Amino acid sequence: MTSANPVFSSPDPVERLPFPAARSLQSRSLRSAVFGCIASSLALAALPSAVLAGAPPGVAPAEPAAVPAAPQASDVKTLNILMVRQLRPERLPPLSLLDLPPMDDGLAGARLAIDDNNTTGRFLKQNFALELIESEDTAELIAETKKKVEAGIGFVVTDLDAKPTIELADALKGLDAVIFNASAPDENIREEDCRANLKHTAPSRAMLADALAQYLAWKRWGNWVLIVGPTPEDKAYADALRRSAQRFGMKILEEREFKYDPGSRRSDGGFEQIQQQIPTFTQKLPPHDVLLVADEGELFGEYFPYRTWDARPVAGTAGLFPTSWHPAIELWGGTQFQNRFKRLASRNMRPLDYQAWMAVRSIGEAATRTQSVDRKAIIPYMLSPEFELAAFKGRKLTYRAWNGQLRQPVVLATGKMHVTVSPQPGFLHQFTELDTLGVDKPETKCRAYNK
Amino acid sequence: MTLFKNAAALAALSLSSLALGAGPAAAYKIFVSNEKENTVSVIDSEKLEVVHTIKTGNRPRGIILSKDGKWVIVCTSDDNRIQVFDAETYKFVKDLPSGPDPELPILHTSGNPLYVSNEDDNLVTVVDIFKGTIITDIPVGVEPEGMGMSPDGKILVNTSETTNMAHFITTDGFKNVENILVDNRPRVAEFKSDGSEVWVSAEIGGTVSVIDPAQKKVTHKINFEIQGITKDAIQPVGVRFNQDNTKAFVALGPANRVAVVDAKTYKVEKYILVGQRVWNLGFTPDYKLLFTTNGTSNDVTVIDVASEKAIKSIKTGRYPWGVVSSLTPIKSAENGAAQ
Repeated sequence: MTSANPVFSSPDPVERLPFPAARSLQSRSLRSAVFGCIASSLALAALPSAVLAGAPPGVAPAEPAAVPAAPQASDVKTLNILMVRQLRPERLPPLSLLDLPPMDDGLAGARLAIDDNNTTGRFLKQNFALELIESEDTAELIAETKKKVEAGIGFVVTDLDAKPTIELADALKGLDAVIFNASAPDENIREEDCRANLKHTAPSRAMLADALAQYLAWKRWGNWVLIVGPTPEDKAYADALRRSAQRFGMKILEEREFKYDPGSRRSDGGFEQIQQQIPTFTQKLPPHDVLLVADEGELFGEYFPYRTWDARPVAGTAGLFPTSWHPAIELWGGTQFQNRFKRLASRNMRPLDYQAWMAVRSIGEAATRTQSVDRKAIIPYMLSPEFELAAFKGRKLTYRAWNGQLRQPVVLATGKMHVTVSPQPGFLHQFTELDTLGVDKPETKCRAYNK
Repeated sequence: MTLFKNAAALAALSLSSLALGAGPAAAYKIFVSNEKENTVSVIDSEKLEVVHTIKTGNRPRGIILSKDGKWVIVCTSDDNRIQVFDAETYKFVKDLPSGPDPELPILHTSGNPLYVSNEDDNLVTVVDIFKGTIITDIPVGVEPEGMGMSPDGKILVNTSETTNMAHFITTDGFKNVENILVDNRPRVAEFKSDGSEVWVSAEIGGTVSVIDPAQKKVTHKINFEIQGITKDAIQPVGVRFNQDNTKAFVALGPANRVAVVDAKTYKVEKYILVGQRVWNLGFTPDYKLLFTTNGTSNDVTVIDVASEKAIKSIKTGRYPWGVVSSLTPIKSAENGAAQ
């Protein structure tokens, strides 16, 4: 699993397909490695690759009739961005029908950023295009990406698990390319296994957990119990919560492992047994303020709210959860951003979309500021302290110079709405409060950026 | 056109009558749009209190006066229209079309047409306020917002929040003649009254760019530093120049301060503490008082311009956004004024 983030309902027809159907459709038709966009992928299945420019047919809103200062085609310089997606057909669907991931999860966010980049680009004679490759076979993805980078692509946005992310970074070592990890929250790829050519727009688990812990500290809900799922991702999420508890003076009074063998996701009924099972499971916990759940795959966490033995709120991956984005956010000019996304994708924006948007917008922003599409000019600028990104979070976002992580406020939300945004008031920092979230410079184990 | 000349003359007449000593009942009325309450608060500039509340459409934001001062023009963003109210009786006059999600309006110096940024549609819409028709729309960058009009009426400057540019557009022919890159999330464009400079605030960039409209180049960038406030919280939005263009007042958002800037040397002279998340600014026509909209504390702060001190904060509706003063002192219509 790559994402701790929950997912949301959507009017997208693709999403309304029963989950296994959507998934098998995707893998069967498209596993032959390289293709265009979702909208045109079926038609273009025979082509080895397709460039997804600002306006794929029938999806993007029509261009204005007359674009002033529109440059002549011959003057326009194009910057290509490659998106690399790992298909994960083995991944189990989340519990709620509302949370089924759409087929273009992440991709739609990248496409919106391409549109946004191009709206600016038309004033600067710059054009941005997105190329997509996706496969279940990560070795194949890495080999194909390397070929494309050698052929001139300088910017790669990934939706990959942590291990292939690192493998890709190593494969591209020494080449003029930057990778933006838009999905994997794993700490190690930002710390001991960090790579100098790898940046992260996805928040790390430590950032997510710190964001939650700060709010619970602000609420004075300092006594926690922790329910951990069986997967390595669940355990990693629990590790992050333990670290945050220690960091902010919270107490984990008891931990329980929720051993769970996922069954049929779409079976009729089922609540009768769960209503019995969860109270029993949470019986005889020590007195606590809040019950935390570590269930990144969303396979059981949603069973906890309203079913626990004690009347306590649930937080973590269910209940109140930390996330990079929420489709109900209207803060900081977010309304227009959400509307643009919905017009493009016919669904709500999800965290992975937002993280891919931030990656592609980072590239666009650097191209704008350097007035160049040359990767040799853009990459050093992105690494410089001058680089900053506006991303509807009420303040500028910058990349941490020691490990390439994008600093960002983290939203705490329920399914319907945000509750708050961390960092919380009173959590101070000598440079930026955003560095109270996640691993800070004095603690980092990343050395690749120092070279 | 004659209508306008007469109106302007009328306005001038009223101003001079004030100078001769207006009755105590007449004071400027300050109109404040309350984004989350769907109202406009009317503040009396002498009593310094809210004397009336006008009910508006949904999400009122940008608010200006017609050139003759008779109309209060409000962008009701979520209704995709512009509403016109009578500045004296506070009565609803009419709706104007606006294009989707109108945010900030500005009038041509002649009094018509109105240019409005459509934040959700990457357009500036040009509206004839008398005929109530859309003349044209002009494609600009992503999330157009700030609107500045050169004093000679020839150039409209629009800022786009996500494209991060100041777009220079001619008012005859609506040609986009220059696009100047500024810092992140430009919110407001404001010309000096002599037309020599246009200042563009960048909310996320934390700066104000000074642009020479003749050269169409950024000639200076103003930075702000406040002891005990992190850089991230310094988010310039509203910009206003005093009467002789010697000083600028810059609203700094969640830094909760208005900066006083020497408009010749660009040095920041002072920070005036106001309410929370200060966004937009409006002078009384005599330039003696400056009103600031403080979104998250639901109030406006009144700054005495001569002493550069905050003298009072006045509770308004929820999330006050924009502010404009009546052109002339108006007798209070609080008694018997229609909604």
